[in-house]
Amino acid sequence: MAELALPAAVSVTPVHSVLRRFLSLILVHGVLIAGAIFMLAPFVWMLVTSIKPPSEIFSAEISLWPKQFYGIENFSFAMEKAPLLRFALNGVIICTGILMVQLLVAIPCAYALAKLNFPGRNALFVLVLLGLCIPVQVPAMPLYIALAHLGLLNTYFSMMVPFFLSVFAIFLFRQFFRSFPDDIINAARLDGMSEFEIVWRIVTPSAWPAIAAFSVFSTVAHWNDLYWPLIVISDAKLAPPPLGMMFFADAETGSNYGALTAAATILTAPLVIAFLVARRRFIDGITMTGVK
Amino acid sequence: MATVALSSIAKSFGSTKVLGGVDLEIAEGEFLTLVGPSGCGKSTLIRIIAGLEHQDGGSVAIGGNRVDHLRPHERRVAMVFQSYALYPHMSVRANMALPLTMSRLKLWQRLPLLKLLSGQRREVMRGIGADVDAVAAQLQLDHLLDRKPSQLSGGQRQRVALGRAMVRSPDVFLMDEPLSNLDAKLRVHMRTELAELHKRLGATFVYVTHDQVEAMTMSDRVAMMDSGAILQLGTPSQLYEKPASLKVAQFIGSPAINLLPATVAAGGRLEFFGRPMALAVPAAQGQTVTLGIRSEALSLAHGETGRASFSARLRRKENLGSEYILHFDLAGHTQGVTMRATPATAAGVNESAEVMLGFDETAAHVFGADGDRIEPRGQAGAIGSVVPLRAGA
Repeated sequence: MAELALPAAVSVTPVHSVLRRFLSLILVHGVLIAGAIFMLAPFVWMLVTSIKPPSEIFSAEISLWPKQFYGIENFSFAMEKAPLLRFALNGVIICTGILMVQLLVAIPCAYALAKLNFPGRNALFVLVLLGLCIPVQVPAMPLYIALAHLGLLNTYFSMMVPFFLSVFAIFLFRQFFRSFPDDIINAARLDGMSEFEIVWRIVTPSAWPAIAAFSVFSTVAHWNDLYWPLIVISDAKLAPPPLGMMFFADAETGSNYGALTAAATILTAPLVIAFLVARRRFIDGITMTGVK
Repeated sequence: MATVALSSIAKSFGSTKVLGGVDLEIAEGEFLTLVGPSGCGKSTLIRIIAGLEHQDGGSVAIGGNRVDHLRPHERRVAMVFQSYALYPHMSVRANMALPLTMSRLKLWQRLPLLKLLSGQRREVMRGIGADVDAVAAQLQLDHLLDRKPSQLSGGQRQRVALGRAMVRSPDVFLMDEPLSNLDAKLRVHMRTELAELHKRLGATFVYVTHDQVEAMTMSDRVAMMDSGAILQLGTPSQLYEKPASLKVAQFIGSPAINLLPATVAAGGRLEFFGRPMALAVPAAQGQTVTLGIRSEALSLAHGETGRASFSARLRRKENLGSEYILHFDLAGHTQGVTMRATPATAAGVNESAEVMLGFDETAAHVFGADGDRIEPRGQAGAIGSVVPLRAGA
């Protein structure tokens, strides 16, 4: 928006234009800061609550720092009463499993849709786009029945299987691969590579930004997923973070908000750290594929 | 080394006909250039030879064997692309070694982890390394082997692309406008280098370009293409001295050939600017023909006999150092003419001055209304032999 305001300012006097530029900067940053506060407030509230004693949590005044630091008690209570590391490990297993299979399937699919000529390619791509419109709740029932018949409820597999095929990943990678030069693919064909080798040895190494971006999307979605695990998991040992939190809240700690937010902090931390590490690549991937 | 034979190759993209039955025989060790304006089908033709594109009709034979059913790498051809097409994430060494690892190692020996089980792999890789080093030394790439393509200049990338083609010692080199992305100076240098490389390797080269200078300077033979057909196939001098059609004459040569109208008078005699010429052609009286006169065939006229002449006004002088190119306007014509002149001659002509230009009548090319060459009577076959091809037309 700052750039948009500039051309209009060109015709007026320099002092005027500096002022206008300054004002537009304030406006833009004001809007962005408001948005940031809106999104960060729950996080900050969670962090603050996790170090407050119960008496302060329910006090009427709003304070951003507790009078009495109660963090150690809250965190140790949460760690003692709930197998938080187990929940986190479950989360890691599920997210890694889902992501691996998603990449293994989506990358060759996307390559075929982007670079191979075969009859019905466009129709298939339209189907992929339509697939984007179907929410997970729609096939939940048949999937549940199938898993129940196969005796696979209450397994890691049952939590992962509905997400193995990601149409979003296919779409994202297809957009990315379309800009990959055809000449390089042809050179690889002349050098004797099969299409599979071209996908994994030539095209995929160039797609790291897109892979990083998709990994963040996928991990965040499945780390935080409550809906599907709630349906297929009843064993607390297999629970991923949100379901674990629910089991934890249901039991004796139902009203101990300090301990609850401490547990929530522990379970959100890995994601926040992972995102901060992959931030640069995530942003590259999003901007390069033109998906926003 | 191998021959390449194309017979009635046809190709369409959807409803657009790109190639209409092209026949072409390329001899062993020949440097053949496909030249033509963009969209004439030359790139499609070379991609069909490579196997990257499949023809709708006709067949390709390399070394006497039909290769239509073979995949690109089984045809023993190597290709150099305009964009160089180097693998961006691999070092120069890995780029050049790749075709060899693909042909000398089995699939399982190339897979991650599994490859560690292979006992011979190390030995094969050593052999590949030696071959890559040998080619790199030939192309003076030794010091660049560990760099990534993005760290190289255009000329260096070009060399790596050549090296990657050379390591396989293919029978046929296919080059798709390999010099187009280089700057003018480097292009002139690489022209010489490519011609020398061809001589040294003795392999068959098929070279695609839209630049007639590249075609003229490097090739043994040139095939001039337009609208999916070969208009003329011959040595560079045949194309220059005996263009089979108006299109060939216009495309080959720089500055472009001068085109002037003439009419056929009684007995096939040509009339030029209202004056009769000695030149006679087998054409009906009253027909208009086009005379093509190269810029070096024109000179200032001093009323000699046996030479046609016309008056023109000097518009601009272009100084090329060793010579001048003079641009003239003609009264009553939208198209002017260009003439090559020595600096001494050029100094004698003033801007906007009206002068008489003349040319030797035997140096004029005559083209009929359909654009085909017409041999003047009593002059046929004077310079070499021409193979005019009008395939698919």
